[in-house]
Amino acid sequence: MATHEVAAPARARRRRTVRQDMRREWSAYAFLSPGLILFTIFTLAALAFSFYLSFHSWSIIESYKPFVGMQNYKDALSDPDLGQAVINTGYFTIGSIPLTMAAGLIIALMLNQQIWGRAIFRAIFYLPVITPMVVSSIVWKFIYNGDYGILNYYLQNIGLVHHPISWLSDPNLAMPAVIIMSVWQNLGFAMVIYLAGLQSIPQSYYEAARVDGANSVQQLLRITIPLLAPTTLFLVVTSVIGSFQVFTQIYIMTNGGPVGRTNTIMYFIYQNAFQFFKMGYASALSVLLMLMLGVFTILQLRIYRPGSGGDL
Amino acid sequence: MASTGQMLSRAAASPHSASRAAHRRKPVSALGVVLLIIRYVILIAGAIVCLAPFAWMVSASFQHEGDIFSWPIHWIPKNPTIQNYTSFFGSGGHIGTWLFNSTLVAVVTTVLQLFLDSLMAYAFAKRRFPGRSWLFGLFLATLLVPGQMTTIPNYLILKHIPFFGGNNALGSGGHGWLDSYAGLIVPAVVSAFGIFLIRQFMVSIPDELLDAARVEGASEFRIFWSIVLPLCKPVLAANAIFTFGFFWNDFYWPLIVMSSPQHYTLSLGLALFVGAHQTAWTLLMAGSVIATIPVLIVFLIFQRYFVSGISMTGMK
Repeated sequence: MATHEVAAPARARRRRTVRQDMRREWSAYAFLSPGLILFTIFTLAALAFSFYLSFHSWSIIESYKPFVGMQNYKDALSDPDLGQAVINTGYFTIGSIPLTMAAGLIIALMLNQQIWGRAIFRAIFYLPVITPMVVSSIVWKFIYNGDYGILNYYLQNIGLVHHPISWLSDPNLAMPAVIIMSVWQNLGFAMVIYLAGLQSIPQSYYEAARVDGANSVQQLLRITIPLLAPTTLFLVVTSVIGSFQVFTQIYIMTNGGPVGRTNTIMYFIYQNAFQFFKMGYASALSVLLMLMLGVFTILQLRIYRPGSGGDL
Repeated sequence: MASTGQMLSRAAASPHSASRAAHRRKPVSALGVVLLIIRYVILIAGAIVCLAPFAWMVSASFQHEGDIFSWPIHWIPKNPTIQNYTSFFGSGGHIGTWLFNSTLVAVVTTVLQLFLDSLMAYAFAKRRFPGRSWLFGLFLATLLVPGQMTTIPNYLILKHIPFFGGNNALGSGGHGWLDSYAGLIVPAVVSAFGIFLIRQFMVSIPDELLDAARVEGASEFRIFWSIVLPLCKPVLAANAIFTFGFFWNDFYWPLIVMSSPQHYTLSLGLALFVGAHQTAWTLLMAGSVIATIPVLIVFLIFQRYFVSGISMTGMK
């Protein structure tokens, strides 16, 4: 009872000081308000709306939008097309990330020294990264062309194949073709990140290793690669998140075909939302995608948290 | 991200330490020469693979339709023509508009995003107001959600913005902000990640500097604009280049929002052009060259910022 009597005025006093603080710092709220209003509408309300949609049968061409509970989620989990899209996305992820990162690391190691043309090489390898994805997809679609593509031209010239191959319309070759194009597009990014990582390794470690008689392979395996672990983790996490949302290449090069073999999760969501107008179902799919990415996004946030030791 | 400033300076600084230079001066062995040659062979081969698609794009864009379909192929056009470029600007008639739209959207979004993000970052970094930590936590929490989560609801929100695009006060009857520049720009001008990055940078600015200005009677906005923002140039520049590149290249959001050809961005226009002209490859290559040149110019001018920006904002 006694504590209560003491606490009540203290609480009131605290409330008063909060109000005083708010009045004194009014301009801070003024600084925040324009962005906060937009953030509230287009992020917070949008997210809440997204969950709301996922529990409704919501078509923009029908006015009746009933609550259906978990039905959209149940439908999704038994939808063979979604299963196929998850497999395709996994295939794309596992096919493209290790290749991209290995190529990026090798080039970064080669460029991490004072060699002639370093800046030029770096710019060349980085060029595909800044190229609009739409452009890269169109150009590679032309390269892969089954009748007159230059890939077929050179493969036939060196005698590897005897007939032109329809890369993008062959169910077994379409995804590898998309993967190769994506590796080409992204390896410059891995290279730049690895170069930054390499520059943060103190030279004294290598000097000490040399004094101890370690050769360059040992230095690579015992110093460079272990010390690049945070960089590698960063790349894995960002690449997985990126490749789970792969869309543009698919839209332009294959439209998800042939026979759904390159239909990825994002493309499937797009189709359901904006071609079939099943906004509720597509929202449920988005929520499922978010859950699938959950572990990676949490990791990503940890890497970025100040003082977590993550360097990038 | 322990120290953004430190990392930026590292990315910008010359990478060769004195010790490495000293190491280079040692006599080169025969094995060293062989390794150097192997290194160059791999690098040059890789560079050729990287550049070949661009070279073929440029080459084909100056060729006649018939020539690229006749084997052997010619990297140097046999009968060079600029017809693909002229017909691109002439017949479709929209590519000039698309270029303008892409520039407008990318520039306006970048400028607005930088301004609003910095304002909020300043409040979060340098002001002590009630609710600060949970508000900032709220922004950080939304980083957990992939960006695509908001596209479907935002499409519907834009459709129902009141008083726009034929909508009534309740937001129905028309198409709202869909198919408009506002629809493309407004939902994108606040970036939780941008706020986070800029705030991290601002935290390192000493408070004494701001207090001195306050004693002199400077307003908070004046302190923000004349003292804090100029000190944030590195993080703002890196962020600007990155945001510009992102919105110039963006395809998914324009695809969803825009529906009339005069509102397309270059990426969207080109992509839909592919659908309509499946086999007009030389024409498509000319369009691709046109879409690549602006980013190429920006890249060559700001290369340093690109590299530091990518290692800083790689997450987007």
